[in-house]
Amino acid sequence: MVQYMMPSLDLSFAALSDTTRRGVLEQLGRADASITSLADRFHMTLTGMKKHVAVLERAGLVVTEKVGRVRTCKLGRCGLEAEAEWIEAHRKLFEARFDALDKIILEMKQEEDDGPANA
Amino acid sequence: MDQQTRNHPVAQNRTAVERKSDRELIVTRLFDAPPHMVFRAWAEPELFRRWWVPEGAGITLLSCEMDVRTGGKYRLEFAAGEIDTVAFYGKYLAVAPDESIVWTNEEEGEGAVTTVTFEDQGGKTLLTFHELYPSKEALDEAMAGSAAGLPTQLDQLDELLPTIGE
Repeated sequence: MVQYMMPSLDLSFAALSDTTRRGVLEQLGRADASITSLADRFHMTLTGMKKHVAVLERAGLVVTEKVGRVRTCKLGRCGLEAEAEWIEAHRKLFEARFDALDKIILEMKQEEDDGPANA
Repeated sequence: MDQQTRNHPVAQNRTAVERKSDRELIVTRLFDAPPHMVFRAWAEPELFRRWWVPEGAGITLLSCEMDVRTGGKYRLEFAAGEIDTVAFYGKYLAVAPDESIVWTNEEEGEGAVTTVTFEDQGGKTLLTFHELYPSKEALDEAMAGSAAGLPTQLDQLDELLPTIGE
């Protein structure tokens, strides 16, 4: 398709391709969590978990917030709502097209009314 | 009485989009005209090009060749902003005048097959625009490819639309 658009869903799909990251999302779906607690839960180093969280964050699937010395992670809205947003954008595009089409139809009707009496 | 008669068209005239399955996307809309008119607006390039590309979306339709007959071909070329031109092309698999048009989308490896039907509903036309993708991945990819850019364009469009109505 037209390549003047950003690959936000591509990032989402890449982010979701990893078992640990899917587990993290599942976990955050239940409750917000710090990176430390996520690292514990998934038996990995803090650095390793930071990398996973960074990937999820870039895709908009997770947002993080640092309060004091603790970085808390929670689900972002981007990835989850991307399809719904796309559908709505698509609807708007077609609505604009069809509104324009309505006007052309109106013209055609007027032509039929005016024109072919002698045709 | 006015209120009674106007009960339903508000909803009916709205454009509805639905992902019907993993591979299918459907757009529906009711038009206040018989099918032969709506069909004409799709089948004649000089009419089609006047509505297919919304004004203000930052896209210009450079050329529009359509041979709307079974086995005929089409090619649309667009310019989007300062980026190179983009072509959309394919062929008409089946054309039933005033009833339906089926075409391929061949600009991509795994292109969709699009079917538009024009259904008579007491002098009005229920239009269904149906896209069937070869796989779930192909539809996901199509959505991913255009997901981020569309909202921006359409926001511009929202600002513009009220002025178009004059």
